[in-house]
Amino acid sequence: MQYFSFEPDFLSIWFICIISLIFLNGAFYGADYLQAYRKHRKELVLHGFFYILTYLSMIALTLVGDAVSFLVTWEIMALGSFFLIIFESWKGDVIKAGLNFFIQSHISVVLLSIGFAIMYIRTGSFFFEDWAHCTESCLLPFALICAGFAIKAGFVPFHTWLPVAHPAAPAHISGVMSGVIIKIGIYGIIRMVLIFAHNLILNESMLLAGKVILAVAAISGLYGVMMAIVQHNLKKLLAYHSIENIGIIGMGIGLYCIGLGTGIGTLASLGLAGALLHTLNHALFKSNLFFAAGNVYQAAHDLNVEHLGGLVRKLPLTAFLFLVSAVAICGLPPLNGFVSEILIYLGLFDFMGAANPLSGIGAAGAIAALVLIGGLAILCFTKAFGVVFLGESRTELPEHKEFSALRLAPMFGATVIMFSIGLFPELYVSALNFVLEDAGVAPLALNGTITMIGRAATLFCILVLVLGLIRTLCNGRRKIETGPTWGCGYPVESPKLQYTATSFVKTYSSLFSAVLRSGLTEKLAKAYIRFTGRLAFLENGRLQSYILYGIVFIILTIILSLTLC
Amino acid sequence: MLSFILIIAASLFFSGLVSRTKSICSGRKGPGIFQPLRDAARLFRKGTIYSRNTSFVFRVAPLVYAASVIIACACIPLGPFPALLHFEGDFIFFAYLLSVGKFFCIAAALDTASSFEGMGASRESLYSMLAEPAFFFIMGTLALLTGFHSFNDIFALTDAYSSLFSLGTAISLAALILVIALIESSRLPVDDPKTHLELTMIHEVMILDNSGFDLGLIFCTGYLKFAMYGALIANLFLCGPLWACVLIFFAAQILSAVAVGVTESFMARFRMNHNPEFIFSIAALAFIILISTLYII
Repeated sequence: MQYFSFEPDFLSIWFICIISLIFLNGAFYGADYLQAYRKHRKELVLHGFFYILTYLSMIALTLVGDAVSFLVTWEIMALGSFFLIIFESWKGDVIKAGLNFFIQSHISVVLLSIGFAIMYIRTGSFFFEDWAHCTESCLLPFALICAGFAIKAGFVPFHTWLPVAHPAAPAHISGVMSGVIIKIGIYGIIRMVLIFAHNLILNESMLLAGKVILAVAAISGLYGVMMAIVQHNLKKLLAYHSIENIGIIGMGIGLYCIGLGTGIGTLASLGLAGALLHTLNHALFKSNLFFAAGNVYQAAHDLNVEHLGGLVRKLPLTAFLFLVSAVAICGLPPLNGFVSEILIYLGLFDFMGAANPLSGIGAAGAIAALVLIGGLAILCFTKAFGVVFLGESRTELPEHKEFSALRLAPMFGATVIMFSIGLFPELYVSALNFVLEDAGVAPLALNGTITMIGRAATLFCILVLVLGLIRTLCNGRRKIETGPTWGCGYPVESPKLQYTATSFVKTYSSLFSAVLRSGLTEKLAKAYIRFTGRLAFLENGRLQSYILYGIVFIILTIILSLTLC
Repeated sequence: MLSFILIIAASLFFSGLVSRTKSICSGRKGPGIFQPLRDAARLFRKGTIYSRNTSFVFRVAPLVYAASVIIACACIPLGPFPALLHFEGDFIFFAYLLSVGKFFCIAAALDTASSFEGMGASRESLYSMLAEPAFFFIMGTLALLTGFHSFNDIFALTDAYSSLFSLGTAISLAALILVIALIESSRLPVDDPKTHLELTMIHEVMILDNSGFDLGLIFCTGYLKFAMYGALIANLFLCGPLWACVLIFFAAQILSAVAVGVTESFMARFRMNHNPEFIFSIAALAFIILISTLYII
């Protein structure tokens, strides 16, 4: 029996391009970033090895077409990324975060295995293409597999590993992990939708699946950004933002499923295109933001935003790159984040117009969630950028010059691509249309919205330049002076008087304290520990008892298999 | 193109009309209608002082703010006559473009390392974030009613005079847009541009360190923003031939300006902690209108 198959299609190619781009950027950035760790030779060698291994396993994951090789490759990738995270293994926190990631990725493997096993029992085949012909309802295995992928992607409530793992990993790994490793979960979900589309539509459960995905994604997006705002560790803040962006991508996938379920072609096209484009966009700006955070860390040796400030004077280029990526991640024109968000918006508005009133309210709620995500992201990133890079330093920071060109070059490269998506979206959407056609949905029209967004964004950029030129001409002979900041009559100048990150979001955190302090996952974890504590008597340290457990287990297995057969 | 020129024309007198209404209501002699323009012109002729603490962000911010509002104005049509920029989903572009301007204003305020400007920045970002869903609900309602997703098609099709229901919808939406305009332009009852205490300012405190050309540009952008929301309101009622549209356009602008002036004269500003509640209730109201539209059509 053949167990191995490669089935590349345009979806695989789209993901391979994103993965390769970000891993390449990460490699260039990491080469310079790791200069600070030259003494740890052994770790560096291992790190390089696992970097390449993780990259290869991810490429393989997008190509394999059968469950067994998928699981094997998945495991290699999980192990590889585990070793990448624990690079600074001499720190206790890092090991703890790494183990957390390790355990959670294995829960994901368990869910995937169960789902795959059910499909094997039903169809007698490990090949994905055979599963498509299954006639029984496949909602249960589909849900299990999607839950497994959701852990990797970081959907709420499977997100808890993300904010722990990202701050522990070195900057280039955080960038790569948030940029592409979590996206493999997105790839998996989209691949499963493609495989099960026929089956789920036949059994009329596609619409339900789409609605559930849309709801989970909207909650993930809102929860991610709400938690991000109150974080003081820059990398933790960015990690929570990954959850938010995964939510936006998920909303696209949800729309795609709804489109398939209701048979409205434009919905499916807009949803899938939005999700795939946002995957690329998020990979670009989030890896850049993590790289910039790495620069901040190596320049200031601190990631607590309350201790930072005024870094724009020490790291002007890093500040510029962070600013561009921050504008992009808020989904604002003229950058790339806006293009993918408007596709999802249009899909949601279409859905609202086409649905029955109750679903319409759901769509309106999803639109409200997306609007709020945008607004909250602005609050979050003005805080992050303003407090870290602008104003005056809040503590004594060491002197530091801007980093070398080798380190900044990949970040500038990503920035150029981000601008090109924002200004010429039609180029990228025409590439996406291949993926859409492969997935069996209608391609998007390139004239109209897609082109016009680019033109309008270009017009906006030109207008900013023109206004700047007018100002220069007007100010030609006039006096341009520098002076102290207006202190409203108070003569004492001190960086301590500046608004801090905490005070900047004080009103917000008191308004939304119910969400921020809910600690749902903590409560669940505590309940679980309390429950397992009750079972502690089983582990009594006596060898005889353990042998007894083994015998009982074997007998139970035999009885179970006998009764089932 | 026509609507763009008309909005600029309306912006010339809108702010002056508001303050003229206020002075009449309070029995003062008050400045003329074109006083705001003279203020701006004076600023354009002045030199500039930049704070030592600021960086390139502070210098770019006024330009981005002005450009964002100008391009946003270009998205608004004149009833059946198309806008300069029109495409499916242009109102999403419109809202997000305004956010770009806000993003840079907030960043510029934090750039000054001032204790007061950060306060204004914090409030502005929070309030505009809360107000944004209301705008999307209103546009969602209009999109549902007309079946289109662009300002152009929506406003070409809205006919406020066909039935009592559509007139009622148009008037209630106009009132909501006016309130959003008050919030976004930092006017009473959310923010008081004439207050003397920096602690209670929102928008004014953010631009404390701007001077000369930059301040003039920010003022002009403010006037333009007001007229832009006025144009949105006018569009709800526009119909008929060109001359009627222009007439209704200016009538709506003047009425909106007077309404703002009267509101500001007879209302005190809210306490700071009441503002989120107020904005939330506006968004909730817009949501109710949207849901009832969903059920009616």
